[in-house]
Amino acid sequence: MTTRQFGAPVQRKEDPRLLTGNGRYLDDLGAGALAAAFVRSPHAHARITDIDITDAWEVEGVEAIYTFEDLEEGMALPLPVLIPHPALTHSRTGYALAKDEVNHVGEPIVMVVARDRYLAEDAVGRISVSFEILPVVVGVEAARSGATLVHEDAPGNVAAHLVQEVGDVDAALAAAPHRLTIPLAIERSACMPMEGKGVLASWDADDQSMRMWSSTQTTTGVRAAVAARMGLPLAKIHCIAPDVGGGFGVKIVHPWAEELLIPWASRLLGRDVKWTEDRREHFISAAHERGQLQEVEVGFDDEGRLLALDVKVWHDNGAYTPYGIIVPIITATQLLGPYKPGTYRCEFWSLFTNTVIVTPYRGAGRPQGVFAMERTMDAIAEYLGVDRAEIRSRNFILPEEMPYDHGLMFQDGRPLKYDSGDFPASLAKLKALIGWDDFTAYRKDAEAAGRRVGLGIGCYVEGTGVGPYEAGHVHVETSGRVNVATGLTTQGQGHQTSFAQIVADELGVRIEDVHVTTGDTRRMGYAVGTFASRAAVMSGNAIAAAAREVREKAIRIAADVLEANPDDLQIEDGIISVKGAPASQIALSTVAVLSNPLRYAFDESAKAATQFAGTFDPDKPPVADGDEPGLEGKGVYSPTQATFANGMHAAIVETDPVTAEIKILRYCVVHDCGVMINPMIVEGQVHGGVAQGVGGALYERMAYDESGQLLNASFMDFLMPYASEVPHVETDHLETPSPLNPLGIKGAGEAGTIPVSAVIASAIEDAEGFPIRSMPISPSELWDLRRQHSASTSSSTKGAS
Amino acid sequence: MTTTPFSSTNVHGIDPEGPVIEQLHSITVRVNGAPRTGMAPARRLLSDFLRGDLGLTGTHVGCEHGVCGACTVLVDGQPMRSCLMFAISAQGLDITTVEGIGNDPAQMSPVQQAFAECHALQCGFCTPGFITTITAFLEDNPDPSEEEARECVSGNLCRCTGYQNIVKAVLRAAEIRRDGAATSSSSTVAGGAL
Repeated sequence: MTTRQFGAPVQRKEDPRLLTGNGRYLDDLGAGALAAAFVRSPHAHARITDIDITDAWEVEGVEAIYTFEDLEEGMALPLPVLIPHPALTHSRTGYALAKDEVNHVGEPIVMVVARDRYLAEDAVGRISVSFEILPVVVGVEAARSGATLVHEDAPGNVAAHLVQEVGDVDAALAAAPHRLTIPLAIERSACMPMEGKGVLASWDADDQSMRMWSSTQTTTGVRAAVAARMGLPLAKIHCIAPDVGGGFGVKIVHPWAEELLIPWASRLLGRDVKWTEDRREHFISAAHERGQLQEVEVGFDDEGRLLALDVKVWHDNGAYTPYGIIVPIITATQLLGPYKPGTYRCEFWSLFTNTVIVTPYRGAGRPQGVFAMERTMDAIAEYLGVDRAEIRSRNFILPEEMPYDHGLMFQDGRPLKYDSGDFPASLAKLKALIGWDDFTAYRKDAEAAGRRVGLGIGCYVEGTGVGPYEAGHVHVETSGRVNVATGLTTQGQGHQTSFAQIVADELGVRIEDVHVTTGDTRRMGYAVGTFASRAAVMSGNAIAAAAREVREKAIRIAADVLEANPDDLQIEDGIISVKGAPASQIALSTVAVLSNPLRYAFDESAKAATQFAGTFDPDKPPVADGDEPGLEGKGVYSPTQATFANGMHAAIVETDPVTAEIKILRYCVVHDCGVMINPMIVEGQVHGGVAQGVGGALYERMAYDESGQLLNASFMDFLMPYASEVPHVETDHLETPSPLNPLGIKGAGEAGTIPVSAVIASAIEDAEGFPIRSMPISPSELWDLRRQHSASTSSSTKGAS
Repeated sequence: MTTTPFSSTNVHGIDPEGPVIEQLHSITVRVNGAPRTGMAPARRLLSDFLRGDLGLTGTHVGCEHGVCGACTVLVDGQPMRSCLMFAISAQGLDITTVEGIGNDPAQMSPVQQAFAECHALQCGFCTPGFITTITAFLEDNPDPSEEEARECVSGNLCRCTGYQNIVKAVLRAAEIRRDGAATSSSSTVAGGAL
């Protein structure tokens, strides 16, 4: 019996290639291509009064210099608003090259194309742009005051204002026995994949077609955008994502200005053109996320059960809104986590600032929402003097209440309806894993030794696997090689392995024979992209359906040849045989030959499919009505709604009584993403997610000055955690299958990141005895908080602030 | 040379008169055991020389300022950031890139094999810098403790893995080296459960 691949910790098929220098990332391609570099705005808000490029032409090797004036038709339009929403009343986007005005430092103004990147940058240094400096809006508070405007025609700097309400919140608040108001803040961070963005384009003048590569999370999206803006037929463009060095959200935005300009220049120049983003460019001209101010008003009963939750969010969307208001919508909806709020209202304002745009970063608004909810839970527990885990469990949605409809609209425009989950079981596992009930004794021992420790907790629910759809294609070659294609892309998730596992099981072939291609429009023209922890759910189920279709066809053909009942046939390791009579068998590769009636034989095996081979019934057409040549199948998965994964984290931290240094001693994760395809890969996703969460909780922030300059736009100054900062993560899993898809899977990509700021804040609060309302938190900020609280001990109110 | 020498003044527009033409130098380095020669200007970074001029694209550039460690190569056996070194200053030196540690997916080195076994990479972009760093480390310290293993990789950034499995891979690589089983099973890929 063949070993079942689904559910096994299979080693990754992609690794030997990536480990031996044989990966092919964007900048590894296109040897000999011309290189592009950009003049980017040094000012956060300014009008462009003049651009002088004369001196740049003096650099030997410069091939072209472009400004907005050179752009025509579709190329001269503002970049698209990818996800329109009725509440996004004042959407604004930039241009491929700035037209008249710049709204953040880093906005592209001039593109230089030269023989190599060094020369292109030399030329960039010789271009002078004159500006009329305009007043600048930095930070949420400045934005919401509306005193200075980013866009003159967007009053109050408000891009969008949205209220969602379930039940009568005002009445429930008024009637609630207890109320607390909690102001909260989260700062900006960013995805920061190790590989920045990049684009390579190769215009074929003879064929009048474009082949382009982008380090993107959606090749179909890029392709469609380039076709539309350049006025090319879709059939004349192909877009391929090569190996991509991490995405975490920033590469789902498209088309980036460079994704339009590079193919455009390639066609104009008739040469291959490449742009590879450098690290500073990534900091100042890609995307950030997380920055929000929040205010929670909560009403609850004597037991700590929620009666009313009224949340206001002021969301910093940066200078433009190309990705719409997905991030604050997710904050507003996913804030609820595993809890029943009684009544709920969330009102948000999405605000313009003269800073880099804000688009989803792993977690995509959830870390902020979970921070708000979990800080609230801790505040209620503190107020009532009840155990924090107990308060949470009193508010849980119970397994018997599933599916649970919150009555809100989720980010996919569909109901926020949880499909499954067992929150009490998850909490029980978490408490056992961290030793929740033993912590009092642990703390006592620590205190006796002069150490200060705290225990923190955070719970979340994550909508994963959002639609609209993905498609899969499975094709068996006459060699027995199985080609699998799906259109969404890969940035390290191990799709070549996990999707191969699915096909190996569904089709009955060896995993070594399965070869998966993702993100290549030549192989799959219909796709959405890799984001929202959706790849396994969407493409996994689509590919499974395609494999089942292939299996059905193979069995049908084999039954004919073996003169057997299809129900008696099995496929194992690529051999179709009669159950109980293994001598009666045919290889899948031979079935592939027979599936494609031939006039011409190309090798020995192919002879069996030719017209004089005597293998076909002369009374029937070679390809039966309704059938197709070839052993291949296609599957589409398009769910009615998202599937909801969940998890709970707990941590023990130690804070230095003197220096306020914060150290994570233990970090525990209980994670439920439904049925796991490859637990090794899921675990890896959790580890990496927690590491990014730790960065966001303790180290990473975008330090803008009042003039809109990003002061820490380098890895020297923007502190991403090294191995020395990331704790060992202890994990336990629950597998509550999703009833929504045949494989029972939910997404896992973002999970680890989501609750970390909430958990660390909870633990520091527990260690210090005063509320933590703003993240990230540095030792000096903690030290300042200690001074404030020791100065005002007598006047502090319990739990509230 | 008759070409106008390159200087920083005419790059930054201080002296915008006259064309900027770069003087090229013949640079010979020993890379992965073989002498390699290329013509490059004095300012060409070693990372760009290896990738662009010699076609060794396994060395990746993550930050261009020596912090992330993705571009780490071994220079006379010592880990160095190739983005912080000019190619011309590597003249005559012995360079080992990830391709020199193991370029054949079917014949991986102990460190590469350990990475595959321990799921110590996801997107793989930072990985070559870890492979070179750890390979050099294990030469000096063939039997590290877990703490030493973590310390060894704490100068390299990875945004995907959270480092836990990388630390595990350092220890596993040490084990494979000791067992001398480096090449026997290194070609196993995705064949089944671990």
